[in-house]
Amino acid sequence: MKPAPFEWHAPDSVEAALALKAAHGDDARFLAGGQSLVPAMNFRIAQPAVLVDLNRAPGLGTIAQDAEGALRIGAMARNARIERDATARGSHPILAEALHEVAHPQIRNRGTLGGNLAHADPASEMPAVMLALGARFLLRSLRGAREVPAEEFFLGPLATALGPDEMLAEIRLPPLPPRTGTAFLEVARRRGDYAMMGVAAVVTLDADGRCTHARIACCSAGPTPMAAPLAAAALEGSRLEEADIAGAAALVRQEVDPMGSVHASPAYQRHLAGVVAARALRLAKARAA
Amino acid sequence: MSARVAVTVSVNGTTHRREVEPRLLLSDFLRHELGLTGTHVGCEHGVCGACTIRLDGAPVRSCLMFAVQADGHAIATVEGLAPAPGRLSVLQEAFRDAHALQCGYCTPGILMTVSAFLEETPDPTEEEVRHALSGNLCRCTGYQHIVDAVLLAARRLREG
Repeated sequence: MKPAPFEWHAPDSVEAALALKAAHGDDARFLAGGQSLVPAMNFRIAQPAVLVDLNRAPGLGTIAQDAEGALRIGAMARNARIERDATARGSHPILAEALHEVAHPQIRNRGTLGGNLAHADPASEMPAVMLALGARFLLRSLRGAREVPAEEFFLGPLATALGPDEMLAEIRLPPLPPRTGTAFLEVARRRGDYAMMGVAAVVTLDADGRCTHARIACCSAGPTPMAAPLAAAALEGSRLEEADIAGAAALVRQEVDPMGSVHASPAYQRHLAGVVAARALRLAKARAA
Repeated sequence: MSARVAVTVSVNGTTHRREVEPRLLLSDFLRHELGLTGTHVGCEHGVCGACTIRLDGAPVRSCLMFAVQADGHAIATVEGLAPAPGRLSVLQEAFRDAHALQCGYCTPGILMTVSAFLEETPDPTEEEVRHALSGNLCRCTGYQHIVDAVLLAARRLREG
């Protein structure tokens, strides 16, 4: 239960961190909050030769709205701070709602959103929330910067589009249009456990109460966070009546690909996907009105 | 073996300086380098909460940080809770009065978690208390007496 030896660097700038990552490639890991990496190192599942600790590199922790109204969250913003941040709570309340379910308060005090997303655990809540919000991620390296949409970032369990020299530097969330409601709900055995199923739902209504846009994404539902585009498309144009929601929930059950765990069989997870999606859609609808 | 790194930390108001390997966990630093064995080590992968300390005021797992990362930061451990030798803090006294511990192994971590929680939430509901305690495992009590103790401490702190 003790980590293997490693070379530790705590650079005082993002550029220096990127230079270290470029020099060491896959032998180096960025250390953000450490709430997933350090347990893996304690178990010696992970034995990076080099750790590039980002905790002393300034400029990665800002939370602010840009000129277009998008919320920009620096990768090192700690989850507990995002949960309490007035700007984030105002523009994207689903962040605080979902973060409340991410592990425990002590973990959120240290863990960062960027670290959570770069870790890409398909059971984690936040990757699904990013899909539902249409997030874009700023990836930086010495070669330059590129923006990757969330749906192209998550490639598999613990696998992302990040190159060996790249850092997830910033999360960009487009503003929610007027009459948009969001909800995150999950079912877990105990508070703070990984969900057996979690659903993030975003719906936008027009002035007549008709759904113009919907997004649904699930966690613990497959090898990556799982979007449910067919269910979302089926809702568009509807008034989100009970029959519409039931129809979408049936599609969500088909669109997930749960792998099962000691707590829940794939069949039970699939059942939960429909139940939780229906509840999340009702809640999002009520909040949009 | 990688090169040792100098660490200067304040623990319960006292400054300590050591040279340590980067892989030394903060929990082991507190216990073995500083002799502060009140911080307990349970699972060493962030699940049990026994090693909870406060880093610049915020409760965190000391088993999920390297000691070198604490350089320049202020740490509070259970040894710093009592106001004077032979006296208990309001929180500790509430734990004694409500029988909130049996074996006591989880207690230091729970006290550090709750000391921060009550500063932020001085008048908590039982549900809020249970959420705050969710990251600390106790295998003796069934939690009921811990919840009682936290609510008792909150009331005593509010009433001064």
